[in-house]
Amino acid sequence: MKTALQRIYLALIAIFLYAPIGVLMVLSFNESKSRNHWAGFTTKWYVSLFENKQIMEALYTTLILAFVSAAIAMVLGTAAAIAMEAMGKKLRTYTMGVTNIPMLNADIVTGISMMLLFIALGMRLSFGSVLIAHITFNIPYVILSVLPRLRNLNPSVYEAARDLGASPLQAFGKVILPDLAPGILSGFLLAFTMSLDDFVITHFTKGPGLDTLSTKIYTEVKKGIKPEMYALSTIMFVSVFVLLMLFNGISSRKSAGRAAGKAARSKKADRSETDR
Amino acid sequence: MKNKKNIWLSGPYLVWSAAFVIIPLLLVVYYGLTAKDGGFSLEYITAVTQPENWKALWLSVLLSLVSTVICLILSYPLAMILVRSRLSSGSMIIFLFILPMWMNFLLRTIAWQNLLEKNGVINSVLSWLHLPAVNIINTPGAIVLGMVYNFLPFMILPIYNALSKIDENLFHAARDLGANSVQTFVKITLPLTVPGIVSGITMVFIPAMTTFVISDLLGGAKILLIGNVIEQEFKQASNWHAGSGLSLVLMVFIVINMIVTSIADKDGEGALL
Amino acid sequence: MKMMRNRKLMALGITAALTAGLLSGCGSNTTQPEDNKEDAGEVVVYNWGDYLDPETLDMFEEETGIKVVYEEYETNEIMYPKVESGAVAYDVLCPSDYMVEKLLQNDLLQELDKDNIPNLKNIGDEYLQWSAQFDPGNKYVVPYCFGTVGIIYNKTMVEEPVDSWSILWDEKYSGNIYMQNSVRDALMVGLKSLGYSMNTTDEGQLEEAAQLLIKQKPLVQGYFVDEIRDKMIGNEGAMGVIYSGDVHYAMRENPDLAYTIPKEGTNVWIDGWVIPKNAENKENAEAFINFMCRPDIAHINFEYLTYSTPNTAARELIEDEEIRDSDILYPDMNALMDTCETFKYLGEDAEELYSDKWLEVKSQ
Repeated sequence: MKTALQRIYLALIAIFLYAPIGVLMVLSFNESKSRNHWAGFTTKWYVSLFENKQIMEALYTTLILAFVSAAIAMVLGTAAAIAMEAMGKKLRTYTMGVTNIPMLNADIVTGISMMLLFIALGMRLSFGSVLIAHITFNIPYVILSVLPRLRNLNPSVYEAARDLGASPLQAFGKVILPDLAPGILSGFLLAFTMSLDDFVITHFTKGPGLDTLSTKIYTEVKKGIKPEMYALSTIMFVSVFVLLMLFNGISSRKSAGRAAGKAARSKKADRSETDR
Repeated sequence: MKNKKNIWLSGPYLVWSAAFVIIPLLLVVYYGLTAKDGGFSLEYITAVTQPENWKALWLSVLLSLVSTVICLILSYPLAMILVRSRLSSGSMIIFLFILPMWMNFLLRTIAWQNLLEKNGVINSVLSWLHLPAVNIINTPGAIVLGMVYNFLPFMILPIYNALSKIDENLFHAARDLGANSVQTFVKITLPLTVPGIVSGITMVFIPAMTTFVISDLLGGAKILLIGNVIEQEFKQASNWHAGSGLSLVLMVFIVINMIVTSIADKDGEGALL
Repeated sequence: MKMMRNRKLMALGITAALTAGLLSGCGSNTTQPEDNKEDAGEVVVYNWGDYLDPETLDMFEEETGIKVVYEEYETNEIMYPKVESGAVAYDVLCPSDYMVEKLLQNDLLQELDKDNIPNLKNIGDEYLQWSAQFDPGNKYVVPYCFGTVGIIYNKTMVEEPVDSWSILWDEKYSGNIYMQNSVRDALMVGLKSLGYSMNTTDEGQLEEAAQLLIKQKPLVQGYFVDEIRDKMIGNEGAMGVIYSGDVHYAMRENPDLAYTIPKEGTNVWIDGWVIPKNAENKENAEAFINFMCRPDIAHINFEYLTYSTPNTAARELIEDEEIRDSDILYPDMNALMDTCETFKYLGEDAEELYSDKWLEVKSQ
């Protein structure tokens, strides 16, 4: 009885979280362009989607942006995390404090502040400005994913490698990096996803002619969302879902998103770091 | 790895942060504290007391408080169930965070319009069950729902993590000493998860309070939150000073929030795995 | 255990990479049009949201080799400051009547070279005369779309005849009314129903209109722009203030809908192409405007938008007689002129007064 209640509760929350996603999938098969009106089943939006240059361009921008920003954040963030392990308490506290700012700050303030900077510098608001903004809010996710991995490293392995004649770089590449890889990768993935889903910061730092899927959708809201947009989202969602399933993603195995989740959940997370 | 030489590796990151985190925030402070002619002025800070801004701020605080409480009430039992079911945190995170994010957040919020509208999905189901209809679309209720929907995972995860760290032996010991389940909950579980609860509250309250998208999409533009006012100042009125002034007021809330959390979480255990 | 971790992560990584690759592959195919014609330069167009068929942009790029950088705005008021600041050099804009006036008064537009726009001949004389009201001599504007603002209502929900703005204050329809979410259109409804001019600068009259709208607010389900069309189609409300161009589409999707122009009068508006003073590609801009005035292109855009086109040659191409001669799209202008007006630019002080009053309504 008790477990039945628990199951029901879980199911209700799952419905709550996934009902909108279901709605969007259904809408992608709606014959009518109007969101409020079901006019029969069609798959035509899945065809016209690939002919819609604007949506395809927005998709392209979104993915390139997510990939490049996550990659750069991955490099900068990993280096920073390694450095932070080596820092003394005080320096480390300050660094952690800086890292926490983009995570704790409201998106709207982050977006506005960067827009003010770009304009003050006389920089044209374009792909470059959005990229810088995305890298900035992505780095903390990488740092927070890599730090716990670093803490679990056994320092003597590195020393041993050095004693056996490996150069610092070799020792790092052969011994440290493989151990850090899961943390780095999950940091990258988390950063990628965050960049993909961002609207507010992009909204403030983008210029004319540049649209990500988010900003495109926002302008479309006023005129009625193009059904192709639902089709595209459905494709993206389903492919990620299927691939996860194929790799047995949602199983009881520990860890994958662990570091990732740590970062996501505790935007402000490592306060303990600062206190150490 | 505790090689002191490694410290230089943080160089690029610190330079980056100074340029793109610290300086931009100082610019907000600068614009918020100056008037259009460039001179120092508190005019845009005090603008928050004008009735229309004050009302927006008050409503934002109220609605985000309500959402935070609802999130907390929904999350706690859920986190307990998840911990007991020994679901791995990895798959939980994918299920709660990563997967839904591949469906754009604006679209997911718009989909709530379809669910909540008068002839929407929920009302169709209700009328099929011969239950009365709910009409909350374009009301504060819909905004609260949107906030809960978007930020619920941010409450679940820290509580889940705090719960999963509790040593099982504590429960056994309590039981052995004669505590019933209510007593165990009040005396052991709850106190030990306070840090998790506090981080959950921070993580929900700030984004909820500062949103302009959710109120825009689900409130029918009848309800202005402080985020909407700021967005309009920047994007429509192009009055950066006014927008920055109000942003500074928001930052006060953010800083207070940070302080509260760090007090509640002095030992720094709460938010960690 | 470690192996597993890595495998799981690999899975995630591959998932993301594959999806990204797959989708961006599709994307990149379509993003590189005609590389060979790159030297024709670009034209930066700043237009209303969804205000032309995107296909016509592709056709333009293909025919001329000019790359279109396309940006959209939701209201005239959002567009203006961006143009004024000059942060971005736009080449073509599509403002409404009163906004053209404002741009002109602030010396932000440049004269069109009509030799570069031969298709101007397709625009009906009556529309040129009309736009000459705010653009004497038709030196700056090429009309693109026009229409009226009125009430769309659902015949199954509204029993009495709809002929006056006053029905928007009927408590019977509480929670079923949609209002426009832009300063001038919203206050226009208030002013017109009080019998005032919608171009008034009298603070007392504006205050009265604002109070009327505040009184109405509890009855209003929401303030929207174009979403009103979709909501009316979905039977979400009983009536709303709407642009005439949206009406045919709405009536096709939901035959219960009808449209009326209230007897107190309304806004008759016209939008047109202009070139800002700081445009960097003036000739490309003129080529763009000329292209948009070509009958076949104007017709494609009409079919896409269903907003009334002043392009007489394009109107000839409309096959459906009912639409070509529709009263809603092409009302008898002479009959409307007694009560209806076109927005005028009223100067900065009045503008601030309007936005103050509107904020007063919105923040209630």
